[in-house]
Amino acid sequence: MDVATTFKVQELQARYVQALDDDRLEDWPNFFIDACRYVVTTADNLAQGMPLGMIYATSRAMLRDRVRSLRDANVYEAQRYRHMIAPPVIEAGEAGVVHAKTSFMVVRIMHSGEAMMFVTGRYDDRILLEGPEAPRFVEKTVVLDSRVIDTLLAIPI
Amino acid sequence: MTTLSPGRQWPAEGVARVPYWVYSDRDLFDEEQERVFRGPTWNFLCLDAELPKPNTYRTSAVGAMPVVVTRDNEGKLNAFENRCAHRGSLLCINERGEARDIVCVYHNWSYDLAGNLTAVAFRKGMGGKGGMPADARPDENPPRKLKVETLCGLVFGTLDQNAVPLETYLGPEIVKGIRRVMRAPVRVLGGYSQMLQSNWKLYMENVKDSYHASLLHTFFTTFRLNRLTQKGGLVISESGGNHISYSLAADTGGKEYEQAGMRAAQEGFGLEAPQVLNHVDEYGDGVGLQILSVFPTFVLQQTRNSLAVRRLVTHGLEKTELVWTIFGFADDDESMTERRLQQANLIGPAGYISMEDGAAPGFVQRGVNTAADILSVVEMGGRGIKSDDTRVTEASVRGFWTFYRSQMGL
Repeated sequence: MDVATTFKVQELQARYVQALDDDRLEDWPNFFIDACRYVVTTADNLAQGMPLGMIYATSRAMLRDRVRSLRDANVYEAQRYRHMIAPPVIEAGEAGVVHAKTSFMVVRIMHSGEAMMFVTGRYDDRILLEGPEAPRFVEKTVVLDSRVIDTLLAIPI
Repeated sequence: MTTLSPGRQWPAEGVARVPYWVYSDRDLFDEEQERVFRGPTWNFLCLDAELPKPNTYRTSAVGAMPVVVTRDNEGKLNAFENRCAHRGSLLCINERGEARDIVCVYHNWSYDLAGNLTAVAFRKGMGGKGGMPADARPDENPPRKLKVETLCGLVFGTLDQNAVPLETYLGPEIVKGIRRVMRAPVRVLGGYSQMLQSNWKLYMENVKDSYHASLLHTFFTTFRLNRLTQKGGLVISESGGNHISYSLAADTGGKEYEQAGMRAAQEGFGLEAPQVLNHVDEYGDGVGLQILSVFPTFVLQQTRNSLAVRRLVTHGLEKTELVWTIFGFADDDESMTERRLQQANLIGPAGYISMEDGAAPGFVQRGVNTAADILSVVEMGGRGIKSDDTRVTEASVRGFWTFYRSQMGL
């Protein structure tokens, strides 16, 4: 992939994880187009061809609902993430869209100071790179390597 | 009654009190493995649909004991301990697979799919050297076999060959509740696990505690999915060990929450994309929520059109794996499958109405680890274990302890 495209994708990924790690959850839906798809699943579900997600959103409105629920309804201990992402592997897709696979690790830091390796996996993304809305995620499938989540998954990955 | 835990005696008040040592006593954990999990209880192993073909297996657990479930060449289900008769190695190291026989990876001892030892590698040695003595009995300590029974696609097993039949163990109300949900052949949609930092009993209490639902899970209440004022009730099996908590989908309640000024009732809170709540009454009875549990560690859940089975693996005193399998039915059309996937946002580790259940048992564990000799008061809805038409009760928690005590001799 050309340098300019690679740079755009890396920049988007970097800003995306920074928003989550900075607790700017309200900004998170804005990384997606309106008719987006955001699914958190496991490598095992995917390998078996099973469609289930831990989070399964088919619009930006659903992402905004999740943020409001996390802020106003759900009860969970104060915690932060630190995402580490690898350079993406990018392939050309349909007009104006690229496919990117990006490995990640997320360390979860509890208010108590306890930090743990929370999840690892890869983002399977379709990214819109052209037009007034760009760059944004058309589709983000978060494929977790493990099927086991410690305690709960509140903040998105 | 005899007790194996020296100095441990249940409080005189009975099941209206729960002593906190039940969550932190290491010896008690070991006794539970023997008396509860390897005792005359029926343990959920997997869905029938997880073994769709002959000559397949999947691994599961009974308490902490690793178990293999197989479907043999004739289609019959078997279950046995995942431990080789030889050196005790796991026989199956993968979660699932296809096999005509089970071969231990360590020394290639082979078993049929019913768990019978069929061959010992190099039993007669090689070139006249080595091998086992002629009078050796390699299957002296075979993997223990489970008695298996299936009800509506749910596969249960017990290690006690003298256990009462499954349906007797469940009780007629619970059998009815299972038949209601499992209305057709199952299609598995996927699964995941949560590692709970707590004792297994704290999670099962949480499941049976219909009182907490609308108080802890504020998403539920905010969107009027489940208010205690909503019509519903609680059914407890005669043994106390099994329960059903249910509520109708329509909200018929009043203003009790708002008047109490509870956190749960936040005015003007609406969803932009309410399809996560888009319920179709597939059972035709108006019931929008049915949580059913079977002692010791099985849960069958209908939250609107989101269906799941849950089971626990007791990895340690304070470490419990909650295994979820989410399913629909083979006759679901595409829109029904999509509806179930949308509503699966409500459940699991990231579930709008269940994420707190992963944490609450840990909150209790951390709270009581240094309070072994202090008692919890469990008197919501009285001190008995009767079925009720209210869910503002802890009757099924007391039912759990009633049955637990009878199994443990406590």
